[in-house]
Amino acid sequence: MKRRPIYGLMAEFETPEQVLAAAHRTRAAGYRRIDAFTPFPVEGLAEAVGFEWTAVPIIVFGGGLLGGLTGFGMCFYANVISYPWVVGGKPPNSWPMWIPITFELTILGAAIAAVVGMLALNGLPTPYHPIFNIERFRLASTDRFFLCIKARDKKFALEETKTFLQDLRPHGVYEIED
Amino acid sequence: MASVGSHQPEPLIGPGHTFETVTDKISSIVLTRGTTPGWVFGFFIAFCLLMLLNLVITLLMIKGVGIWGIKIPTAWGFAIVNFVWWIGIGHAGTLISAILLLLHQTWRTSINRFAEAMTIFAVMCAGMFPLLHMGRPWLFYYLMPYPNPMWLWPQFRSPLVWDVFAVSTYFTVSVLFWFVGLIPDLATLRDRAKNKASQIIYGILALGWRGSAVHWSRYEMASLLLAGLATPLVLSVHTVVSFDFTIGIIPGWHSTIFPPYFVAGAIYSGFAMVLTLAIPIRRVYHLEDLVTERHLDIMAKVMLATGLIVTYGYISETFMAFYGGNEYERYMMMNRLAGPYAHLYWLLISCNLLIPQSLWSRRLRHSIPWLFFISLVVNMGMWLERFVIVVVSLHRDFLPSSWAMYYPTRWDWATYLGTFGLFFFFFYLFLRFLPMISIVEVRALVHETSEEQVHT
Repeated sequence: MKRRPIYGLMAEFETPEQVLAAAHRTRAAGYRRIDAFTPFPVEGLAEAVGFEWTAVPIIVFGGGLLGGLTGFGMCFYANVISYPWVVGGKPPNSWPMWIPITFELTILGAAIAAVVGMLALNGLPTPYHPIFNIERFRLASTDRFFLCIKARDKKFALEETKTFLQDLRPHGVYEIED
Repeated sequence: MASVGSHQPEPLIGPGHTFETVTDKISSIVLTRGTTPGWVFGFFIAFCLLMLLNLVITLLMIKGVGIWGIKIPTAWGFAIVNFVWWIGIGHAGTLISAILLLLHQTWRTSINRFAEAMTIFAVMCAGMFPLLHMGRPWLFYYLMPYPNPMWLWPQFRSPLVWDVFAVSTYFTVSVLFWFVGLIPDLATLRDRAKNKASQIIYGILALGWRGSAVHWSRYEMASLLLAGLATPLVLSVHTVVSFDFTIGIIPGWHSTIFPPYFVAGAIYSGFAMVLTLAIPIRRVYHLEDLVTERHLDIMAKVMLATGLIVTYGYISETFMAFYGGNEYERYMMMNRLAGPYAHLYWLLISCNLLIPQSLWSRRLRHSIPWLFFISLVVNMGMWLERFVIVVVSLHRDFLPSSWAMYYPTRWDWATYLGTFGLFFFFFYLFLRFLPMISIVEVRALVHETSEEQVHT
């Protein structure tokens, strides 16, 4: 009989310090496709699982730039090209009056880019994910800290990796069915 | 911790809390406490007031803005007063969630969620007024740049159009910021919910959040950037609102002090509203060990500080009216101090200047009934301030032949009361169905606090 495919192995820890130390050791042991799951952000943990940089700031900058150009471009097009109209003796290109709208749309564009960009990079919304197959994983949003080594890792070998994780003295080690 | 000084500050969280207990405490309000009779009673009153708002709007659609007390020269009565008042209240929520995040003020943790909710609902109430005041609210889309066969554009040089952009951006960004903050907490509710329906609903709203370290890293970066964006935004919103006044040449409005003075006033009234809401909430939901007396004390200090900035604004206005040598400005100030609405001016001075000075006393800052009283006084004072700015300047402008008194009608009051219905309708729903305190941030605070105890 064929075994059900395995997504990876999950170790459960009780404190953020334990999971952080475990992540460092796992990486030092040569595992690359790992991830940790915590109920609140733990400083240094993302770096410990091999995360180097995020594109969020670049996306936000792009969104802000696009918003600002749209705001200014709209005012310029409306008052200089499409329908020049003298109000209060101001010249058609009375750009200081357009700063508020340019500013607001810059913020709007950047903020939408920040949220959409963050969600998209994180692959959210995710309707299904194998790690939710572990019953105890629901504690990852309360007070437990999890470390996962994915089966896709080149070094992954079920029994060997399980022994390795157990050596890290976790509260428990679970197989994740895909 | 951020605080400086030799004395040990009171803790921001009650003793003996762990990740489990804080999670349980906050999420159980939503998941297991259920619908209590007190909640139903409050919600019912809010609902009745909301229906009153419905009634007024219907009447307004049928009969027009003539049901209100506005008439030339005072075309901007209650609608604009209430608009500025509500939007000002919103500012404290953004200040707490964005500016204090950038400044690493850990005390914001347990109040930021409901302060942000307050912001969103207050901006909704504020937005009602300019729409209704337009007279033909169904043509509101004229304010938007949309392709139309007349080839017309909104007047982009007008502060009223800037207001449209500022307020709608403010609302959108506030909602986004609030929702991003909610995602991990919704995941907590999803994981702790016992019945199928809440598991599914919170599950959908949580977007499949699982707390991955990599996700947290991007999440924190996005939150930080949103805070950095919301900070200038919140300052710009009330600045643009003040432009509605200062760009005009009406006596008492045409002044450069307005933007900073409006922003300070907004934060002042906003913190007053946070206190008005926080004091009963912490009592009813037994959150005294999360929203501690130290929180109330700090908010009182912020109120005192912003109140003094507002005071500076009043002094500067009065001084400039006489020093500036413009006879209309001088007359407006005399009219404010001793004219037909002078009693409101002096009431405003008592509410915003005199009574809050009691907050210098540490004993009074720790007296919860007194703080609650002050918060109501400041809310009223800030409303009166907007009334004085709008009505006193308008009702006697340049030509004495056009002078007239402004009296609100019962429909003015009904509209104002109705927006309280709108506000509390949503606020009650929020208290019942969403975690009113950020569980994630409180967990992080528990972690920090326990680390400190290890190190000291």
